[in-house]
Amino acid sequence: MAKSQISMTVNGAPVDALVEPRTLLIHFLREQLNLTGPHIGCDTSHCGACTVDLDGKSVKACTVFAVQANGADVRTIEGMAAADGTLHALQEGFREMHGLQCGFCTPGMIMRAYRLLQENSAPTEAEIRFGISGNLCRCTGYQNIVKAIQYAAAKLSGVPFQEAAE
Amino acid sequence: MPVIPGSFAYHRPATVSEAVGLLAQLGEDARALAGGHSLVPMMKLRLATPAHLVDLAGVASLKGIQADGNDIVIGAMTTQHELVGSELLRTKIPILAETSLVIADPQVRYMGTLGGNVANGDPGNDMPAVMLCLGASYQVTGRGGERRIPAREFYQGAYVTALKPGEILTAVRIPVPPAGHGSAYEKLKRKIGDYATAAAAVVLTMNGGKVASCSIGLTNVADTPLWAEEAARILTGSGLDPATVKRAVAAAEAITSPATDNRGPAHYRTKMAGVMLARALARAKERARG
Repeated sequence: MAKSQISMTVNGAPVDALVEPRTLLIHFLREQLNLTGPHIGCDTSHCGACTVDLDGKSVKACTVFAVQANGADVRTIEGMAAADGTLHALQEGFREMHGLQCGFCTPGMIMRAYRLLQENSAPTEAEIRFGISGNLCRCTGYQNIVKAIQYAAAKLSGVPFQEAAE
Repeated sequence: MPVIPGSFAYHRPATVSEAVGLLAQLGEDARALAGGHSLVPMMKLRLATPAHLVDLAGVASLKGIQADGNDIVIGAMTTQHELVGSELLRTKIPILAETSLVIADPQVRYMGTLGGNVANGDPGNDMPAVMLCLGASYQVTGRGGERRIPAREFYQGAYVTALKPGEILTAVRIPVPPAGHGSAYEKLKRKIGDYATAAAAVVLTMNGGKVASCSIGLTNVADTPLWAEEAARILTGSGLDPATVKRAVAAAEAITSPATDNRGPAHYRTKMAGVMLARALARAKERARG
């Protein structure tokens, strides 16, 4: 099958590549661009481990063809920290609030939370839980993930983070 | 279990006529691609093996939500995320955002489209029953031109619709329910992202405490979405008193024929359709004026 020429921006840098049309975005990112932050969990668009940001949308990269992302602006977990290594507020939040144990779901969680906070800079706990309902975590029970996102929301808004009483 | 789709050629037309031309020329081996969140999983399982995909994402005219007289016309490629965010729909047809929010999960709603949801013919999809309830019609375009199909005549069986080979659904046209109407979509599901065990859509108007008009759609309790005409007729003129609701629920249950599957045995799913209907009626009444 003839390959397709695609161009996109990935984590701020232009990318040109040839792909088979059937190449999924997750495989393109991981195997052609060596961006292994987005994970393959269920491979059936349930778990959210492969979540990346695509033109201002959170998408499951296991269910999007790379050719569909032609011309798009894509951001993965690798594009979150600053060039000097300073962590993004969400990454810092996940570290400070113990928002991960095994860490497998974390790149997808952070990319989903990134878009959620772009759309709603001060979400309630319920809005956070609904907002990350397409991302599964089998370790944490979500409590600390929610706190990590609250931490980041507070930091990005420049207000002190107040952990809710247990 | 293979998770890599079979090979295909990718096409990205810029206009509806170009898309229709491609589908006609490529024939049965071609499929239209909308958001891809039904088709791509089926291709990964090799349940669908199209030789050509005609991606509609580049057809700008398939996007958008517009008022047209007493109707609202929604482009087929409008996503569920966009339905949730539409101020026009929030004020005029709130059941659409309510339904969108119980479809799949946030990521899927950014990609999943109204056109794909209604055109695919999957009895598990939520929007078709809502469209029956609202009396929507589908604008479709093929080589022979445009036609309009009432949603209530569109669904013929599981994945079998009135869409002819080579036709694409371009827009959904919905008559705006009267101001002051009440509506609700009640969906029983095992978890976020699941298809309905059973679900019910209700749109009604009240006048002096009585039901002036009522329409009911049911999801995933038959091979097609169901329009529960008899149940709605029973309720019209009543004050939604328990005895009448019970009779209407029985009439709605009587037209269901769900499959026994891992969401439960058939008789359970039929009963849940009744429970969802009773809850949707109560909530729609609460929201209605008059």
